Amino acid sequence: MAEKSIFTKRPDGRKMDELRPIHAEIGVVPNADGSALFAQGDTIAIAAIYGPKTLNPKHMQNPEKGVVRVHYNMLSFSVGERIKPGVSRRSQEISKVTEWALSPVVMLEELPGTVIDVHINILQANAGTRCAGINAAAMALAHAGIPMKEMISAIAIGKMDKTILADVNKEEEDYDDGEGATDMPMAYLSNSGKISLLQLDGRMQADRLKEALELGKEACKKIAEIQKKALKEYK
Amino acid sequence: MTSEKTRKEIVIPGETIAEGDDFLPGDWTIKTGKDIIATRIGIVEKQDRLIKIIPLSGVYIPRRGNTVIGEVKDMNHSGWTIDVGGPYGAFLTLKETPGYVEESDMETVYGIGDLVVAKILNVKRTGIDLTMKQRESGLGKIKDGIIVRVNPHRVPRIIGKEGSMIRLIKEASGCYVTVGQNGLIWIRGDSVEGKIFAKQAIEFIVENTTTDGLTDKVEQWLKENRPKNLVKNNPIKAETSEMNGGMN
Amino acid sequence: MVYKITKKNVLEAINKNERLDGRKPFEQRKIEIKFGVSNRAEGSVSVKVGKTHVVAGIKMNIQKPYTDHENEGTMTTSMELLPLSSPNFEYGQPTIEAVEIARVVDRGLRESRFIDFQKLCLEEGEKVWSINVDLATLNDDGSLLDASALAAMLALLTAHFPVYDDKKEKIEFGEFTDKKLPLNLENMSLTMTFFKIGDKLLIDPTREEEDSTDGRITMEVSKPDKDEMINAMQKGGNATFTIEEVETMVEESKKMFKKLKTLVDEAAEGFDKDNKKIKKEKKE
Repeated sequence: MAEKSIFTKRPDGRKMDELRPIHAEIGVVPNADGSALFAQGDTIAIAAIYGPKTLNPKHMQNPEKGVVRVHYNMLSFSVGERIKPGVSRRSQEISKVTEWALSPVVMLEELPGTVIDVHINILQANAGTRCAGINAAAMALAHAGIPMKEMISAIAIGKMDKTILADVNKEEEDYDDGEGATDMPMAYLSNSGKISLLQLDGRMQADRLKEALELGKEACKKIAEIQKKALKEYK
Repeated sequence: MTSEKTRKEIVIPGETIAEGDDFLPGDWTIKTGKDIIATRIGIVEKQDRLIKIIPLSGVYIPRRGNTVIGEVKDMNHSGWTIDVGGPYGAFLTLKETPGYVEESDMETVYGIGDLVVAKILNVKRTGIDLTMKQRESGLGKIKDGIIVRVNPHRVPRIIGKEGSMIRLIKEASGCYVTVGQNGLIWIRGDSVEGKIFAKQAIEFIVENTTTDGLTDKVEQWLKENRPKNLVKNNPIKAETSEMNGGMN
Repeated sequence: MVYKITKKNVLEAINKNERLDGRKPFEQRKIEIKFGVSNRAEGSVSVKVGKTHVVAGIKMNIQKPYTDHENEGTMTTSMELLPLSSPNFEYGQPTIEAVEIARVVDRGLRESRFIDFQKLCLEEGEKVWSINVDLATLNDDGSLLDASALAAMLALLTAHFPVYDDKKEKIEFGEFTDKKLPLNLENMSLTMTFFKIGDKLLIDPTREEEDSTDGRITMEVSKPDKDEMINAMQKGGNATFTIEEVETMVEESKKMFKKLKTLVDEAAEGFDKDNKKIKKEKKE
């Protein structure tokens, strides 16, 4: 078992398993079939759903089940150094892993030949953007009345030196001392307890992984409660 | 003292709504292990041993006998493809129009972009069959009047118990109103003010569907907001729907 | 949703001086302003006009000036019609709608001499500040140009320079100074677009109204009281206009400018007050 670090406090004073303050709201895009805003600390994501609708061209349709199409992107002024508007390789990758995260949850067999478009935009970034995006998208899908087996929540787990932390912010993500910076985004399904998103940026000792996943699971459960509360405000 | 009509609790996807074998899983629920789980955001309804979800949002769920309003998207030699919302197409065959239509006349009778009122004859897994054959007022092409779009799940509230709510609006505005179960509502009448008034009344209902005592609130709203120059109970001569499928 | 029949309805209503949402032809929808969309931007604002929702962000950087303006800072305006905001917007190259909005908004800001570009010069011929005005839609319900122009204006009004380390020649993004952009406030330019349907004019259309109109003329004006300046004009759509109609627009723009200016000034004041409060709290 690896030695636990001497770290006891995070730069913003949070405990190791403490999440940043969260604000969740549905219905922020009136034109969309479903929409939500999810803010985790200073990271703000907005998601909008259009669908289910017939997927064209016809040859792209799957006669057995529907498809989820995700487009994730960051607004040019959401970060310190401006991002040129348009698709980047990073946003393409995140779009795809988000699609793989959300698809298991949506009951696509109920919607053959259709597509559900999921648009995620980041208004303000302070690490954990893809996770905030997934959290917003999950709420937006529910808001849109898309049939789902269960809800999904996501969190970025990090490590400062030897301490494993939940919900890393940019300062912690950029921390480069000891073993170096680590960012492990994960998404957890509330009922089945399965993981549908898992990535690692940085390094982690293999025997710490379980601890990280458990911490992530607990964090996701807390997030699921917040998503639930916001959805129950539906008017 | 709790009011008799308390707001029912909303359940979300993945939420357990029943445990054990007391109930059978109905619409928008699944059984996993011992639990029955909701798969859509909505209100729980129990019917004898069946437990189901009444959805609050999402695409229109077509049912046989529903009156729907849709836009003509395409046509071929056998009929017209009509968009009534949702991912699946609705089709009106030549056979289901009230009178006889020549293939060459199809475009004139219902052209692309026209709105029509029809009834659902049949719901299949991949599409809806429409008909205009039922001799009812209001089926056919829409030539005049305002269209309002609402979440289809609000339609029952707009119609009200035995049509009570929609009747209030018709009387106050002097307009004739056809409510499509798919969320499109057709308002027609002589005066522009009347039509706009009816539209705003419907929007008021939509914004307040979860409120208790909605009927009273609507009555009050109608009284307070009625345009002054609107003559009450205007004889409705502007029956602008086309009977006989638009072939007059 | 806009149907074939919608245009008929809009026309019928406007011929009786009415609109489908109960407004009058020259009546604007309610405007809601919120600053600080992104705390990573040098300035940012969210503007809602009725259900239309746009956001604007200011990002600054340092670069070499253009060869024909060696002592002036630079500005670029971009507009993204996000697919998130409407079922009618798609991914891909910016459409002409987006490009037009960006260019017209940019012209109004530039021609009015609202920004003192010379004060953005750090070293003639070598280093100048560049301003990026980035616009994006969050919900489209018509009249995107006017909402975007207003958002761009408000974002510039409340933007602050980022911290710049002279010696290291490095911008500390995320850290802001107390210094606002060099603006000539008396040159503030406000935008209003007049739309035509049939032979009637209206402003601030909803999406279904806008799609029913035949044409439009955008006017960006400043100094309505002293010596009204028109800083940009753009006619769009296939309709044609009479000289009288254009004169009506100039007259109406004076009235609208006053209303808008009150709104802008109040909002900017509110921002400054809040900002001072936040700074005070941080120090404590």
